[in-house]
Amino acid sequence: MSFISLSFLLFLGILIILYYALPHKWQWVILLIASYVFYLFAGVKYLAFILFTTITTFLAIRFIDGRNKLQKEQLEKRKEMMSKEAKKAYKKQIKAQNRLVMIICIVLNFGILFFCKACLVEPLHTAFSSNATFSFLTIGLPMGMSFYMFQSIGYLIDVYRGKAEALTNPFKMALFTAFFPQLVQGPISQFNELKDTLFSEHAFDRRQLAFGMQRMLWGFFKKLVIADRIAVAIGTLKGAEYTGISFFVLTVFYAVQIYGDFTGGIDIAIGAAETLGIKLPENFIRPFFSKNIAEYWRRWHITLNEWMKRYIFYPITVSQPMLKLSLKTRSKLGKVGMRIPVYIGSLLTWLATGVWHGFNLHFIVWGLLNCFVIVVSEELAPLYKKFHDKFAFSNKRGYDVWQIIRMFLLMNLIRATDLFNDVGEYFTKLGSLAYQFNFNVLWDGTMMNLGLSVSDYIILGCGVVLMFLVSLFGRSGSVREKMEKWNIVLRYAVIIALLLVVVLFGSYGIGFDASKFIYNQF
Amino acid sequence: MKKRVWLKILIPVLITVLILLFVQQLLMPKYMTETKEGAMISEYYEKDNHGNNDVVFVGDCEVYENFSPVTLWNEYGITSYIRGSAQQLIWQTYYLMEETFKYENPKVMVFNVLEMIYDTPESTGDSEKREAYNRMTLDGMKWSKEKWNSIAASMTKQEKETDGYWSYIFPILRYHERWSEVGAEDFRYLFHRDAVTDNGYLMQVKVNPVLGEFNKRPLVDYSFGENSWKYLDMIKDLCKEHGTQLVLVKAPSLSPVWYDEWETQIEEYAAKNDLLYINFLEKQEEIGIDWNQDTYDRGLHLNVYGAEKLSIYFGQILKEECGIEDHRSDTELSALWTNKTKAYEARKEQLLLEYQEELDSEQ
Repeated sequence: MSFISLSFLLFLGILIILYYALPHKWQWVILLIASYVFYLFAGVKYLAFILFTTITTFLAIRFIDGRNKLQKEQLEKRKEMMSKEAKKAYKKQIKAQNRLVMIICIVLNFGILFFCKACLVEPLHTAFSSNATFSFLTIGLPMGMSFYMFQSIGYLIDVYRGKAEALTNPFKMALFTAFFPQLVQGPISQFNELKDTLFSEHAFDRRQLAFGMQRMLWGFFKKLVIADRIAVAIGTLKGAEYTGISFFVLTVFYAVQIYGDFTGGIDIAIGAAETLGIKLPENFIRPFFSKNIAEYWRRWHITLNEWMKRYIFYPITVSQPMLKLSLKTRSKLGKVGMRIPVYIGSLLTWLATGVWHGFNLHFIVWGLLNCFVIVVSEELAPLYKKFHDKFAFSNKRGYDVWQIIRMFLLMNLIRATDLFNDVGEYFTKLGSLAYQFNFNVLWDGTMMNLGLSVSDYIILGCGVVLMFLVSLFGRSGSVREKMEKWNIVLRYAVIIALLLVVVLFGSYGIGFDASKFIYNQF
Repeated sequence: MKKRVWLKILIPVLITVLILLFVQQLLMPKYMTETKEGAMISEYYEKDNHGNNDVVFVGDCEVYENFSPVTLWNEYGITSYIRGSAQQLIWQTYYLMEETFKYENPKVMVFNVLEMIYDTPESTGDSEKREAYNRMTLDGMKWSKEKWNSIAASMTKQEKETDGYWSYIFPILRYHERWSEVGAEDFRYLFHRDAVTDNGYLMQVKVNPVLGEFNKRPLVDYSFGENSWKYLDMIKDLCKEHGTQLVLVKAPSLSPVWYDEWETQIEEYAAKNDLLYINFLEKQEEIGIDWNQDTYDRGLHLNVYGAEKLSIYFGQILKEECGIEDHRSDTELSALWTNKTKAYEARKEQLLLEYQEELDSEQ
């Protein structure tokens, strides 16, 4: 069931009624049933995958919790009898057992994810599926696999680290893994952030319901009116003949599309959860207003980056081998050497982030390019500081705007790797920016041959301006809360107008394929 | 306090629904000046068009452009209606017949057998065109079990994958893209429609003679599909259930070509089930069709002159073989059909005038 369907709205409507009408102590059970109904719409064949992750993770956390309790009991019981060394050895033994179970669970789950990403997704599956015995490979990637698996594994690691309580109810574990708004494209929640809001009882709150619906409506606007309308032009601009300024236009159009698509989908997910009184973490905070790459990645796909930082970057950089390496490189290379382990951690994290998106070279290149820009920015930071200290204009608003535009354009160029399976083609197009200044494509009719009509451009232009203004308006606080203070007639007029815009100008129905979100494929 | 909360929810919802309904009404195609075929199905529900028809034709352009109910009345006093729509498929015909029985119980139902050649929605070719044709048949139907079943049977694979039923329930989802085409016609016909047919007959007055013989390209398989047979059986059973005589016809249209192998299958079916079957292609001379004068599109369909000739011929059969009575002595019906005849003649005159102007402008 796609978020972009009336079936989903009907499903959500029925769920909301049952959720608030039935005894509140059953709310989490209703959510669990609804989540599995939602998942079953994607296909019964995928059920085994999510059940596997749920069961293995639950068994692992139960084992770890059991061992931790046993350890506590034993240490308590034998407090007087055990020496300090013996206690230490016992703790080490328990920890090793826990780590082994955790690693087995991670390997099993990520092994399946690896297999699915490598074999069930184009282009690799075609190599296998030509053989009839491997025809099951054509089932495609199970819905939301990367998202629910990362969320569950993150929880497992938190339990291992003692940072999260271990669930004792397998059905609650099932709900945490399969909570339906997150299944399509995240956000990836941490257990401690989600547990209270997910498992607790929620009384009906008209304001919360209205806020959730407004957020969903805004998501539909971004997805249907903006992202899906501009998609046709992106398909055309990917053609080999579009180089130089045409490629530049492609990068800008793609920025608009992926922003509308991904943030729109997240708005729908967060809004749907909000109608049920559940608060999901934010995944975007006006990313295109970032002034440098580090800030950008703190604002874009926040939950994935947070996951990568918590469970890959930090463990690598503070691991024993890295600390040893740090000491060595520091003694030989000074301050630069001190940062080498951090850079290695960054490199591995970005490689993992690239691979998370898919087993394609272009995703790896995308990760490496991001890593490269981050490392260079870090190394040049002292120079920037000197520059800013020396020139007063760097504190002016105009300079901020320049930094924002610079970062927007730079990220557009890096992000464009997504569009080309052939990395060579990407670099050829990127290179053409250096010598092909064909600005005439902007007015010689080329832009009118991309599949967009004048009215499409007008709708897109107005839509982008609206998104920009809402982002600007939202810098000083929640837009919906501000709107709540407006006159009721004006408020409803704006909401109904937005609904009409979505219904009339949305790209859906016959001739459009609006059912899929870009991040759904990961 | 509670009441106020509910009012705060209900009033905006109500206003939103009303606005959406208005916009939907505005965006729905009106089919008043172009592609008039889209407006035909809904005309049947007008009070003067149903309730007293002895003969109901249901089918595609081979019925709604080839038979003239007004001629049947004027020549034989036979009351009839054509529930026609462009490229109507056999399951759509079945559900229209089923629905028709809710409004009246005609003595004869006429089914044109060319529909047997399309076994699935996809078998008609281009799925986008198919969807557009489906709309012309289904949007005009009033909501009923029959409409729902017809939608289910008619949807193309692409439709099922996109909005499916939803866009039939809320046509705004289908026609929202028409916002840029909205014109004077959409406002003029916002809440009413003009009649585009004469009891379902879509009149054509132009003359475009047949240029030569149509090529009978050999087919790999001449068998009608299982689905087509299934629905033909259902049509037969439905008519039997209502005590209505089913008459199978093959209109005298020259294209799409009608193969002998198809003819044999229909003849065998008619004989087996004791049905009257008339292939008008074989009766062209008796009917008096002149392919230089009686077609408006080079033999695909008849024009008004051909349709009147065919109706005169068929009326005789309906009278003699089906026992359909002459109602011209019925004053109420006579008054009704006098009005229909006037409208028919006025339309003919108007179309001929437009045609003459078109010819003059070409010279």
